[in-house]
Amino acid sequence: MKRFLGFVKKEFFHIFRDRRSLFILFGMPVAQILLFGFAITNEINNVDIAILDHSKDATTKEIIQKIDASNYFSIQQFLDRETDIETIFKKGKVKAVLTFEKDFSSKLVRDNNASVQIITDATDPNTANTISNYVNSILQHYQAEQNKDIQLPYQIIPQTRMAYNPELKSVFMFVPGVMTIILMLVSAMMTSISITREKEQGTMEILLVSPLNPFQVIIGKVVPYIFLSVINAIIIVLLSIYVFEMPVHGSLILLGFESVLFIVTSLALGILISTIAATQQTAMMISLMGLMLPVILLSGFIFPISSMPAPLQVISHIVPAKWFIIIIKGIMLKGVDLTYVWKETLILLGMTLFFIGLSVKKYKTRLE
Amino acid sequence: MIKKNKVISVNGLTKMFGDFTAVNQISFEVEQGEIFGFLGANGAGKTTAMKMLIGISTPTSGQAEVAGFDVFTQAEDIKKNIGYMSQKFALYDDLTVKENITFFGGIYGLSRKQIKTKTTTLTEELGLSEVANQLVGSLPLGWKQKLAFSATMLHNPKIVFLDEPTGGVDPITRRQFWEMIYKAAHNGTTIFVTTHYMDEAEYCDRVSIMVNGKIEALDTPKKLKQQFETDTMNDVFLKLARG
Repeated sequence: MKRFLGFVKKEFFHIFRDRRSLFILFGMPVAQILLFGFAITNEINNVDIAILDHSKDATTKEIIQKIDASNYFSIQQFLDRETDIETIFKKGKVKAVLTFEKDFSSKLVRDNNASVQIITDATDPNTANTISNYVNSILQHYQAEQNKDIQLPYQIIPQTRMAYNPELKSVFMFVPGVMTIILMLVSAMMTSISITREKEQGTMEILLVSPLNPFQVIIGKVVPYIFLSVINAIIIVLLSIYVFEMPVHGSLILLGFESVLFIVTSLALGILISTIAATQQTAMMISLMGLMLPVILLSGFIFPISSMPAPLQVISHIVPAKWFIIIIKGIMLKGVDLTYVWKETLILLGMTLFFIGLSVKKYKTRLE
Repeated sequence: MIKKNKVISVNGLTKMFGDFTAVNQISFEVEQGEIFGFLGANGAGKTTAMKMLIGISTPTSGQAEVAGFDVFTQAEDIKKNIGYMSQKFALYDDLTVKENITFFGGIYGLSRKQIKTKTTTLTEELGLSEVANQLVGSLPLGWKQKLAFSATMLHNPKIVFLDEPTGGVDPITRRQFWEMIYKAAHNGTTIFVTTHYMDEAEYCDRVSIMVNGKIEALDTPKKLKQQFETDTMNDVFLKLARG
């Protein structure tokens, strides 16, 4: 046991003396959470738009005022000709142009309809979609206001409630994802790098010739990272609670337990990678390409799994991160307990045991 | 002459990787306090043979005892009684001299007190007292080599295995290193050393030369030179290696 503690201590020296690993360990989680939380957002605010008003009458002025008054849009420019639309889009100055047709007011009174054209810059399809929805709702709102006194024969009133995230904050979606990425990165990449570093330095050989049991060596390398990953998970949860006001409705103990389970899954993957990779560089590449990309693309973190093509949906089942994200979203946002996520937990546990078994087998063959 | 203990005895030791026979029925004995040179061209099977003796590779067949323990069944006991230094002088560059000594002492089960005294005596002997708190990465190669050797000797092993311990080091440092080896052998530690330098082969008590997985020659350097009618070990080696 004393030998083992000495080993763990040495491992901490490695981590704390290497600026690069320190940065990945503690700089990255904070930077990622803040980036995803503040900069990357699906909400739109103060989007620059331009107006081409062919009629310039009282009604259009009123509508334009409504649009300008909302926080969603800020009107950058009033255009005079159709040809200006193309130019202003190409310059990238605005994301959308609203065109009011000629004689808007009189058409509205005479024919009971007049049209507004919404042209959006769909090089960014999500934003384009959101913009058009927002403009639509402003127009409908305006219409409803005008028709206040008119009694419609019947009316369907949708009452929408955005459960678990009433303000539709995108940070609620990013925190579980970023937490998953960080735990994966720290646990899998850092362990695989630190084990391959020993191989590169030739110290692994020395350790194997020493009376230390090979499994003591591996566990000794892994223990510090479990510890640091747990600290990371705590930092992320604290940041999300205090900086982004994201609630944790479920039990913190369950959250902790599930996080440790996922950390162990990632460590097992890290050990597996280190049995394949001979150099630190290879280990890093495999971790980034083989683990990070699936976490970002296939875990449902950013892109919803249900709208993926069938083959990708199947593949997403073998990505451990997918299950972990389901679990922690449930615990943090919906406040569920183990009875709701036991299936996902069991799958994650099964995967963990599988990876541990596989890496033990690989490690043994490598020793032979 | 006093009959000495045999600390390594190998009989018909073989290692196969699939169809390839890396080590083919080698047999030899090494006595306590002897400096045993283990030579051979790259790929001749030296490293594989050595790995079997230090207990990190299981032989396919044959028998071998190291420090009185069987390589098949008692590899863990062997590990406690031997030291091993690789050609990379593997130390931790991001730990200080002291921390390296403490770490290696620790994994061999030395007590804190033992480690403390060892650290003081070692750093003084090696002239490293002033840099004891410096990172090993900042030391010149020759110092690292000495330190690596001392780390190998920390737990007073019966046998020390040195895998090309002088690669990339200048002749003066090499000479100093061999003085350390002599000193250790004089104190009763058996030295098992592989090398590429034929002048170093001359320093050994006995030398074995491996060619294609087999030991083709084994004797004192003097007798080997007589047997092959040459003046230098270099020529002996060339004659053997070229067949």
